[in-house]
Amino acid sequence: MSETVPAEAGSPSSEAAPPAPAQPFRLLPQLDDRNRPFWTGGEHGELRLWRCQACGHWIHPPSVRCPLCLSKELAVEATSGRAVVHTYTVNHQPWFPGLEPPYVVAIVDLPEQPGLRLTTGLVGVPVDKVRIGLDVEVCFERYDDVWLPFFRPVAAAAGSEAG
Amino acid sequence: MGFFDDRAVISGVGQSDVGRRLFRDPLDLTLDAALAAIDDAGLTRDDIDGISTYPGNMAVPPGFSGAGVTEVHEALRLELDWYAGGPESPGQLGSVVDACAAVAAGMARHVLCFRTVWEGTAQAGGGRASVMPGMGGAIGGGGAAGGGSGRIPRMSGFTQWVMPYGAPSAANWIAMMATRHFHEFGTRREHLGAIAVNARANAALNPKAVYTDPMSLDDYLGARMISWPFGLYDCDVPADGCTAVIVSRADTAPDLRKPPIRVESVGTAIHGRPSWDQWDDLTTMALRDAGAQLWTRTDLRPGDVDVAELYDGFSFIALCWLEALGFCGKGEGGPFVEGGARIARDGELPLNTQGGQLSAGRLHGYGFLHEACTQLWGEAGDRQVVRPGDRRPEVGVAAAGGGPLAGCLLLTTS
Repeated sequence: MSETVPAEAGSPSSEAAPPAPAQPFRLLPQLDDRNRPFWTGGEHGELRLWRCQACGHWIHPPSVRCPLCLSKELAVEATSGRAVVHTYTVNHQPWFPGLEPPYVVAIVDLPEQPGLRLTTGLVGVPVDKVRIGLDVEVCFERYDDVWLPFFRPVAAAAGSEAG
Repeated sequence: MGFFDDRAVISGVGQSDVGRRLFRDPLDLTLDAALAAIDDAGLTRDDIDGISTYPGNMAVPPGFSGAGVTEVHEALRLELDWYAGGPESPGQLGSVVDACAAVAAGMARHVLCFRTVWEGTAQAGGGRASVMPGMGGAIGGGGAAGGGSGRIPRMSGFTQWVMPYGAPSAANWIAMMATRHFHEFGTRREHLGAIAVNARANAALNPKAVYTDPMSLDDYLGARMISWPFGLYDCDVPADGCTAVIVSRADTAPDLRKPPIRVESVGTAIHGRPSWDQWDDLTTMALRDAGAQLWTRTDLRPGDVDVAELYDGFSFIALCWLEALGFCGKGEGGPFVEGGARIARDGELPLNTQGGQLSAGRLHGYGFLHEACTQLWGEAGDRQVVRPGDRRPEVGVAAAGGGPLAGCLLLTTS
């Protein structure tokens, strides 16, 4: 079974970006004051989200007030980087030249809070081995000024350059 | 009962030519449908004092919007007392609900509602990849793939959360909902296939349908995979066409050509987070709240429905609508449709009798309302549903939308 694993998956580092040709094509987010912590936390090896300092609620996607208590006292905090696969799809359609299918798109649950989840990509696991409930952890791929958070199986983490 | 004190009715429907790639001006298609609907109602354009449409004028994605309010207003030189058009709506049929509210409130007497798509033509040549930002289609240019050129647009809003991961399509987002449904309830591809096969069988009796060749469950299962668990035939087919519906005040009935369709109830509720991935229960989507609301203002029950015209932009959405509207229990959609007998034209609950968007073409929501009205008027020709006791359908549901978009109408004969 072929698997799509970007060359640098598993290197949560602040190293200079590897040569561009090694990377698949990815559309990137437009960074702004709200989303920059999320998309650049990987520079420090951290999955970072906004969190309400009044009630402790984690907020994703970012907003300007806590959606629960409506406080404006928000700060960026690092999550544990762990997650559990909530659901996924194996994409087979070649949407973008330079991004070869099949690859896995997933929604993962973060343990920090019930219902705290995000859409991501899974790497380091054959597409036919992905399942709901899989324990995963964050890893990052750098593109330009963006560190895209991906997730890989926890068991595959140790010493793996994911090949 | 109802939300409009029995003041809102549907007085006429119309549809342009429908085809995979017509290479026609979408305004031309729009006016064909609009004038057909006005005529069907027994009205003239001088009677039209309102317009409502979804999604309004939009340049991207290509072909997604064929005409906005102002183009049609100008083209027909109407004198409007009320109008509305926009994408932030409870699904495509939210625009029809708006029109019902407008006539019930006395803001207008006869509202022209329409939805025009020309995605077939607009995507010709490049396939659906041509609509992807950065691929030379939708947003800016971009040209060859590869980061750092500075010419490829950056993503904002919701797209930033999915585009970087190679998930640009609702096929990906809704496939993830289906996977979760499979996991929680044991739903299988064969269940989705029953919906696709049923649609194809009905399309064979619809002269405007795009795909009419017979399709078996094996054909369905053998098609290439798009985004697991969705194969090619789980996805609707882009098409060109306009569907128009006239919403009228009930007290205009003496002016109308035929007994109007009553809007018995509607559903527009969304109580969860308005998001493709943050919705609390991905196995229900927003259909859950709209479907539940529909039954709060009527004495009718799901068992009274004679025809169900339920959005199938992806097969799985129709299955979710069946659950959301209470035709079966939560999570029971798979067994409900299994084998297809129950949802066939002569079954317990005839489903998508025009062939759905899966086979008849992606007319984006309005096609289901058009079909429900056509069936209730007994004008469906070869595909006319006849209920047990040689009875014409008297109660229909039209529902549209998926993900965080959902709106539905319960319709009855007068």
